[in-house]
Amino acid sequence: MTNVKIGTPKELAHGENRVAMTPDSARALHKLGHECLVESGAGAAAGFADAAYEAAGVTVVDSAEVLYAQADVIAKVQPPSDAEVDRLGQGKTLISFFWPAANEALMQRAADTGASVIAMDMVPRISRAQKMDALSSMANIAGYRAVIEAGSNFGRFFTGQVTAAGKVPPAKVLIVGAGVAGLAAIGTSTSLGAITYAFDVRPEVAEQVESMGAEFVYLDFEEDQADGAATGGYASVSSPEFREAQLAKFRELAPEVDIVITTALIPNREAPELWTPDMVAAMKPGSVIVDLAAERGGNCKMTVKDEKIVTDNGVTIVGYTDFPSRMATQSSTLYATNIRHMMTDLTPDKDGVVNHNMDDDVIRGATIAHGGDVTWPPPPPKTKAIAAQKPKEKAPELTPEEKRAAETAAFKAQTKTQVTLLAVGGALLLAVGLVAPASFMQHFVVFVLSVFIGFQVIWGVAHSLHTPLMAVTNAISSIIILGALMQIGSGNWIVIVLAALSVFMTGINIFGGFMVTRRMLAMFQKS
Amino acid sequence: MEFGFTTAAYVVAAVLFILSLGGLSGQESAKRAVWYGIAGMALAVFATLIGPGSGLWLLSVILIAAGGIVGMYVAKKVEMTEMPQLVAAMHSLVGLAAVFVGYNAHFTMRSVAGGGEPHGVFAELVAHKAPVELSILQVELFLGVFIGAITFTGSVVAYGKLAGKLSSKAEKLPGGHMLNIAAAVISVICLLWYMGSGGFFPLLLMTLAALFIGYHLIMGIGGADMPVVVSMLNSYSGWAAAAIGFSLGNDLLIVVGALVGSSGAILSYIMCKAMNRSFVSVILGGFGGTSGPAMEVEGEQIAIDADGVASALDEADSVVIVPGYGMAVAQAQQNVAELTRRLRAKGKEVRFAIHPVAGRLPGHMNVLLAEAKVPYDIVLEMDEINDDFPSTDVVIVIGSNDIVNPAAQEDPNSPIAGMPVLEVWKAKQVFVSKRGQGTGYSGIENPLFYKDNTRMFYGDAKASLAELLGRIS
Repeated sequence: MTNVKIGTPKELAHGENRVAMTPDSARALHKLGHECLVESGAGAAAGFADAAYEAAGVTVVDSAEVLYAQADVIAKVQPPSDAEVDRLGQGKTLISFFWPAANEALMQRAADTGASVIAMDMVPRISRAQKMDALSSMANIAGYRAVIEAGSNFGRFFTGQVTAAGKVPPAKVLIVGAGVAGLAAIGTSTSLGAITYAFDVRPEVAEQVESMGAEFVYLDFEEDQADGAATGGYASVSSPEFREAQLAKFRELAPEVDIVITTALIPNREAPELWTPDMVAAMKPGSVIVDLAAERGGNCKMTVKDEKIVTDNGVTIVGYTDFPSRMATQSSTLYATNIRHMMTDLTPDKDGVVNHNMDDDVIRGATIAHGGDVTWPPPPPKTKAIAAQKPKEKAPELTPEEKRAAETAAFKAQTKTQVTLLAVGGALLLAVGLVAPASFMQHFVVFVLSVFIGFQVIWGVAHSLHTPLMAVTNAISSIIILGALMQIGSGNWIVIVLAALSVFMTGINIFGGFMVTRRMLAMFQKS
Repeated sequence: MEFGFTTAAYVVAAVLFILSLGGLSGQESAKRAVWYGIAGMALAVFATLIGPGSGLWLLSVILIAAGGIVGMYVAKKVEMTEMPQLVAAMHSLVGLAAVFVGYNAHFTMRSVAGGGEPHGVFAELVAHKAPVELSILQVELFLGVFIGAITFTGSVVAYGKLAGKLSSKAEKLPGGHMLNIAAAVISVICLLWYMGSGGFFPLLLMTLAALFIGYHLIMGIGGADMPVVVSMLNSYSGWAAAAIGFSLGNDLLIVVGALVGSSGAILSYIMCKAMNRSFVSVILGGFGGTSGPAMEVEGEQIAIDADGVASALDEADSVVIVPGYGMAVAQAQQNVAELTRRLRAKGKEVRFAIHPVAGRLPGHMNVLLAEAKVPYDIVLEMDEINDDFPSTDVVIVIGSNDIVNPAAQEDPNSPIAGMPVLEVWKAKQVFVSKRGQGTGYSGIENPLFYKDNTRMFYGDAKASLAELLGRIS
């Protein structure tokens, strides 16, 4: 097999400005041993002239027909049209967005041609595949652009300012959905100086949100919120109660916020309605909603796809779906780089030979047609998308049975040590009792019990009170004064002197000890 | 003489003492708890005075009053930084009293055995004892005197060390622990001799041996281990009281002695655990052997002046202060508290991290900070705050060294390896207020001082903080 030719045609879809290959990515592809072709004018809308491609060693061909005939790998952005699919054939590979779930007929048609089709939107979300995750790179741009778009439709500054001409309050921005687009929007919004709030159904992203400088909006909701790890890092459908709590929170926020950017999408479903008409009605005139979910019906049902509307109360709702295309230079650069990374994985030996390895998780996952068959949906990847969320503070919820079992085990262990201790202690006590006279045993029992009480009580003493504890125990250990008092009445003068000294010393101790303890404790104050 | 009343009063007193100790579980209930203790003590003394101790009661009352005046004077005058030595000094009094009371018991026993007229309650008690009970009594008072004597000299030495009157270095006479063992053996021989002869001489000889053990044992323990020593002596004074209680047949003495004894024992245990060392190794002095050369410390200590610290504090949102013995030595707690107040007034979160063995007495730092009116709810224990260091902007280490030494975790060859430490180096910035470049008590190099995020703020802690306060309005 000779060196593979990679070709990029002009995008046919209306309003699509992006291109799947840039001069830079072409240079990198050369290094993998590939030849590159581009249809004349393909990069014009994204700011890449034919001359720039030629300078990068790319062959510029005049028509799409020639390109499809010569190239072995077709890299493009939008899903192919029927006509484009018909130009494919055995031995060709198409790399583009495909949305196989929505385009099953097209996929079948592509498979029938015998070509291999790699859908960039099907790249699995695992660490290794991040470099070719075109959805993320496009979402990043969409998030950024959404804020810019909101700003251009918003009549005020983002940042609060105190100027000679008066004080300007900062804009309040709410971002719903903290996926890639949401996080990019948060970053843009905070760096423009707005007060930014963000919400997501996956509580584990709160940390990411806060790290970007926004405030995470917590719900007063007890139920375990969805763990995104199980669904490959995407959000899943939430319970009705949760949804209610969420909407209530939004309703509370609606009159306050100036700009709402909704990015909530659930894979392969219609976008959930999160911003209801009554919330729109509650917003201040001049507020802006940018609905990044407009493509799938919108998070706000008042959104009109691909259009900007103004509601009766003066709220602008932006429903554009082509944010990446509106920044074609940037998005083409990123997309072309994603494509190049895909080609790098497809040519592991860097010898210009494509090795379509269907055992590779990433390639297998993205391939939707191969060898004449539809290979979608792919089997679940061997590596889990992202690590399961770490249990917070306490161990994962145990079932009642497990809990009971653990408790029983702990109880048994405790019983065992206690019984052992009691048996040993009891045996010792009995042993002493065998030899010692009854009068001694009487006191000994008191002693043992007191030690026991002492251990029980002292464990409860607060660490910060250890010094007062020592002072108190010191004072009360002067109880030895009782001994001295009982002896002082004896007739022997030595005894009287010694006892008197003892009484005096312990007197110092009793008063000194208690006084100083009181002094110390009086100092401990709450703030 | 109504003995039933005395016994009843003793029971009430015992309950009050237990409540008193139990009440120390919280700052607020503790204030009530002291009164329980005082009431218990008053009741016990009163019941004894009108009951079995009524002989020469006027002398007793005068002596108690005199002692009380001295005690109150000392308690009023003492500085909070001097609390460790005060506690040690008080232990020595209990120890000495135990020795005296033990001697008295011996004399009374001799005089009764010699056919003398039994004077007082104790003598009557002795007079009714069987021979077996008498030999048990001998063992009990022997033990009481032994423990009391060790407590006495041990506490005196501990006092000297804490008050700076003796070198706080660990010092041993030539012969080391062999001397202690010899003294202990002498004591055992004396016990057997005493059991046989019942004479005063073996008792006296044993007392001398025990006094020597107390002196030499504590001399061999260094300053930073004093929290363990003081709580151990606290425990001993309790056991001495209990032993005397046995010999006098007084249950209240036994109860209280046992309470104090177990309290001190638990404190020692907590302190040892905080240093990750066994009780024996602390008592025997010195650190355990190391298994290899200590990790080389790289980098240099970078100094910073008050301006630098002030501007860092100005930018910080969360500040944690780690006080140590150096703060107590420099009497800097008032300045620390003032700094805390000013930072808190600016809306910054200021907290204190207290290592269990910071200072020279269990809970020493808490008392000092309380004295300076730092609210106790921002003073946290090691376990409560250790996880918060990574999210802390500025940590100020004031006069502590080993308790913030990362070598305890990073260097398995370090003498303090495995000791739980405050993980201050995980904070964004650490300032160490320290007199000079020396090592801590343990003589271990502290890699914290060489870390990239650490700046050394040299100088006397009190003066440095005063300078810093001048720059923070």
